[in-house]
Amino acid sequence: MKTAILALRALAFAMALVVVGYTAPVFAQQAPNPTAQSVNEQQLLDALRVGGVVGGRITIPDQHAATLIQPHGKDWRDFHQTTLWTIGGVSILGMLGLLVVFFLVRGRIRIEAGFSGRTVTRFGGVERFVHWLTAGCFIILALSGLNLTFGKALVAPLLGEGAFAFLAGWGKVAHNYLAFPFMIGTALMLVIWVKDNIPGKLDLEWLKVGGGLLKKGQHPPAPRFNAGQKGIFWIVIIGGVAMSFSGWHLLFPFEYGNTVADQQFWVTVHAVVAMVFIAVMLAHAYIGSVGMEGAYDAMGSGEVDENWAREHHSLWLAQEKKRAGLVPPQAVPAE
Amino acid sequence: MARMKFLCDADRCIECNACVTACKNEHDVPWGINRRRVVTINDGKPGERSVSMACMHCTDAPCAAVCPVNCFYTTADAVVLHSKDLCIGCGYCFYACPFGAPQYPRVGNFGSRGKMDKCTYCAGGPDADLTTAEYTKYGSNRLAEGKLPLCAEMCSTKALLAGDGAIIAEIYKERVTRRGYGSGAWGWKTAYQETIAL
Repeated sequence: MKTAILALRALAFAMALVVVGYTAPVFAQQAPNPTAQSVNEQQLLDALRVGGVVGGRITIPDQHAATLIQPHGKDWRDFHQTTLWTIGGVSILGMLGLLVVFFLVRGRIRIEAGFSGRTVTRFGGVERFVHWLTAGCFIILALSGLNLTFGKALVAPLLGEGAFAFLAGWGKVAHNYLAFPFMIGTALMLVIWVKDNIPGKLDLEWLKVGGGLLKKGQHPPAPRFNAGQKGIFWIVIIGGVAMSFSGWHLLFPFEYGNTVADQQFWVTVHAVVAMVFIAVMLAHAYIGSVGMEGAYDAMGSGEVDENWAREHHSLWLAQEKKRAGLVPPQAVPAE
Repeated sequence: MARMKFLCDADRCIECNACVTACKNEHDVPWGINRRRVVTINDGKPGERSVSMACMHCTDAPCAAVCPVNCFYTTADAVVLHSKDLCIGCGYCFYACPFGAPQYPRVGNFGSRGKMDKCTYCAGGPDADLTTAEYTKYGSNRLAEGKLPLCAEMCSTKALLAGDGAIIAEIYKERVTRRGYGSGAWGWKTAYQETIAL
């Protein structure tokens, strides 16, 4: 009897083993799927807000490397390769086109009374130094900057890739270092010229007649700087500050807690402001040289012809004469 | 020719960083630069996964598109390489790269960057294969020796796969079918505009 019970137990045990052995693979197939609760790339990407990144923890010191994927790099690529080309092309080529049309229609703006032979000091040495310091830096900064966007399409085919990369490399060095004298120049311009550039009532009248630029014989009275020049001044100051501030973040990448999204933002601001800034400066350079007779002398020798001053800055000329103790030949401003 | 790709099986990666170390050692990568790194997502939480990431050698590579001096080129094996002779260190490729692969040694004043450095898929650069010049600039050229990238070869769990995209995708698919789960080919959609159907 005892043996029979033992045999039954053994049989039951064996059957149980068979059952367990049979169910074991079933259990394995129904094991919890480790992926069910694992992080999922697509879910992470879908959950991203604008400028967000997929990242985590990293054991190497470079914490920027903790970013695994930054999908908005694609947006920056689209901006840099398409949008920026459009903005730059439209503003710079558009401005050049306008200037050509203006030159063809209006021609060079002459001193109507002709050169008098007498000159009056318009800009002293310090003023001219500050102007050319900033302007010189601006030209090199603009060319080296434009080169980074348009160079590979426009310049590289002419020079070959080796020579072009050499040029672009030195352009980058120049861009980095000349940024500082440019910033100093912009600050100095603000200090020395802001007092003459406060907008006033006369500016509205000047603007109403288009500065007399469009019509011969029309010369609205203007103090030291007319509304157009004041506009240029404030564009230079605001544009210069915008370029300096955004450029500072590019000179010192990833400082001030900047992430890659911040870097992309600052390089975008820098590039867009630059394109518009360059277009405006083309107009400034045109009217200060080819576009108007006698205008270049102001920043060249610093001495302008009296007749030029009378036509374009009548109030300023009267003031200068008064200060020098001379009675102006005409008490009434020319108009 | 093959279309070379990387694939990190995040369900296998144990974050041992052997790939990172192997890469640094093989190519004599300078201080402060890691051509490959391991990122742990949701660290310490349920479902945590580690992913080993380097340059993915993208199709239609964004770095190449934005480079102002066209220093990038794609080899016949679809490996994205660059010329350090042409690179000016402007940083644009880092802004465009989805994977943060390009890095720059810090040289000189301010934030001025040196020549960009990134994963070469152990394929060197434009200099003649297996020369000192090539090694100094880009590290060793294992592909020219008929070998695959060292990071994947050194991987202790064979989580990191390197080789022809079609073959490693097949290996990964087979694994997923066998074990019954897989969290996907990280970065493939971003890099290659395609993923592995599981």
